[in-house]
Amino acid sequence: MMEFTPATVRTWARLGACGAFGLAMLELLDEGEDIITVTADLCYFSGLEKLNEIYPDKVYNVGIAEQNMVTVAAAMVKEGCRVFATTYASFAASRCMDQVRVSMGYMNLGVKLVGLTSGLSVGILGATHMSIEDIAIMRAIPNITIVSPADCGATIKAVKEVANYPGPVYLRLSGPVNNPVVYTKDFDFTIGKAICHKQGHDIAFISTGTMVYQSKKAIEYLEAEGISCGLLDMHTIKPLDTESIDNICNAKLIVTVEEHSRIGGLGSAISEYLAGKIHKPVQLIIGINDNYEHAGDYQFLLEQCGLTAAKIADSVKRKWEEIIDDKFGTL
Amino acid sequence: MQNDQIINKCKSIADEMRVEAIQMAWSAGKNGAHLGGGLSLIEILAVLYNGILKIDADDPLNEDRDRFILSKGHGTLALYPALYHAGFIAKEDLLTYKSNHTLLSAHPAICTDIGIEFASGSLGQGLSLGVGTCLALNRKHNTTSNVYVVLGDGELDEGSVWEAAMSASHFGLQQLIAIVDCNKLQYDGPTKSVMNLDNLKRKWESFGWSCVCVDGHDISSLYDALSNKISGPYVILADTIKGKGISYMENNPLWHNGKMTQKQYDQALEELGVKL
Repeated sequence: MMEFTPATVRTWARLGACGAFGLAMLELLDEGEDIITVTADLCYFSGLEKLNEIYPDKVYNVGIAEQNMVTVAAAMVKEGCRVFATTYASFAASRCMDQVRVSMGYMNLGVKLVGLTSGLSVGILGATHMSIEDIAIMRAIPNITIVSPADCGATIKAVKEVANYPGPVYLRLSGPVNNPVVYTKDFDFTIGKAICHKQGHDIAFISTGTMVYQSKKAIEYLEAEGISCGLLDMHTIKPLDTESIDNICNAKLIVTVEEHSRIGGLGSAISEYLAGKIHKPVQLIIGINDNYEHAGDYQFLLEQCGLTAAKIADSVKRKWEEIIDDKFGTL
Repeated sequence: MQNDQIINKCKSIADEMRVEAIQMAWSAGKNGAHLGGGLSLIEILAVLYNGILKIDADDPLNEDRDRFILSKGHGTLALYPALYHAGFIAKEDLLTYKSNHTLLSAHPAICTDIGIEFASGSLGQGLSLGVGTCLALNRKHNTTSNVYVVLGDGELDEGSVWEAAMSASHFGLQQLIAIVDCNKLQYDGPTKSVMNLDNLKRKWESFGWSCVCVDGHDISSLYDALSNKISGPYVILADTIKGKGISYMENNPLWHNGKMTQKQYDQALEELGVKL
């Protein structure tokens, strides 16, 4: 296992999530794991260039044919192969959704489907390449586990966990090259178990993917103003770690943050869980509004969508003030 | 068994399957059944299951078995009788077709115990399953198993079929055999008017497949085409009649999915030589 050192963490961050994915896959194969990758003309983009050179028999490129990719991968799984399939997240979730539904959902064949550059990171290419609905789509399909790592180190840990996890998985990779670092030291990454970064009694953040970093920063702003905040990295969106959610329900406000539509993603998953509880905090869902942003670079789009640390802190502060001003005193 | 014995066996089983298909459709009652595309498929599956496929109901997951994928999932009126004759399904279970709690649903659901390894119902995915299965067999150095995929001609409208076809020749899959049940009718009418499939043989050949055309109701021709495989991914275009065997159903798109009256049921059985 690649060690977490300041140098490796910097290298992984520089590569971005796709490069980190490729590194982790290469290491798995170097360790003797028999894992196949099927890709839809994104071998290099998936960070698999070196792997393809060293292990050409482990990579199948089906061309720009995502539908075929998913079903081919599923049939290989059925015959006993361990298979990852890679394409842009926007295509993985929507272009071939019926194939995902029939093969990975209905037939329950354990393809590890990797959605590259999810969220806004390649938004410069336009809305076709933004993936803001993939969690909602995948979450609605039975049997699929959804994993969304916070940074490149977490991506490397996640790939190894996913490779050994039974059943179908959607691995959502997000963030740009020079991906901000959340984890500087090795840590325990277990699918289905959220990571508690800190506890706080006023506000509990539940964040996923790139928004873990932004939430951490937003919390610094809020705490400077004397608001106590906790943070959970909810890297597994399905199945949801409800125990960890229960543990933070004494906060007055739950804030969910995701680089995804506000509809159907992490925020929805949490609110579906909270809906049945008699005593529950107010929830603020921070995500992308229900529209397609015009093309722009990543930082610009984060600003536009209110997903930078400062903008997240502003939104949370407004909600917090609403709560403390609550004249009916319901809290 | 000699070839002529196999052919005679397939013929007599095909006759029985057609009667069973009608009885199953009748037992489905108000739910109706995909009669047209089931009846066009009878001889194809009779030959596959009784002359070609290496399968064993007592050892359904034997590594050396042939794999079978019914991509046109609405062909179950032919599939379940074929599985009965192959020893996977009890005869009395055939009449549970499309009832609640049955394993014998309108489109196949995975159940290896009764010989169904793949679910289908959403068209255009079976050939990709065949491609993936062949790639995996290659990895396992399994050169003895073949992979048979049955598609409908209307199903060829799905672009994903051609993604799969392209990849099969790209990967040089020698163990993949596709059979297209060309009954020339789809839901909305003749394939010619809904979406023209002219020059179908040339289409497949241009995608790198070996292709032969046969009469899809002629057991000997089907058997010859299936047992004398030409190299490469190989497709048999089986010319068939939708609703084959029942005069009022033949070539009539209304019987894509239909339900018989008592009179029609009696007539169907009579035409198949069943004494009432």
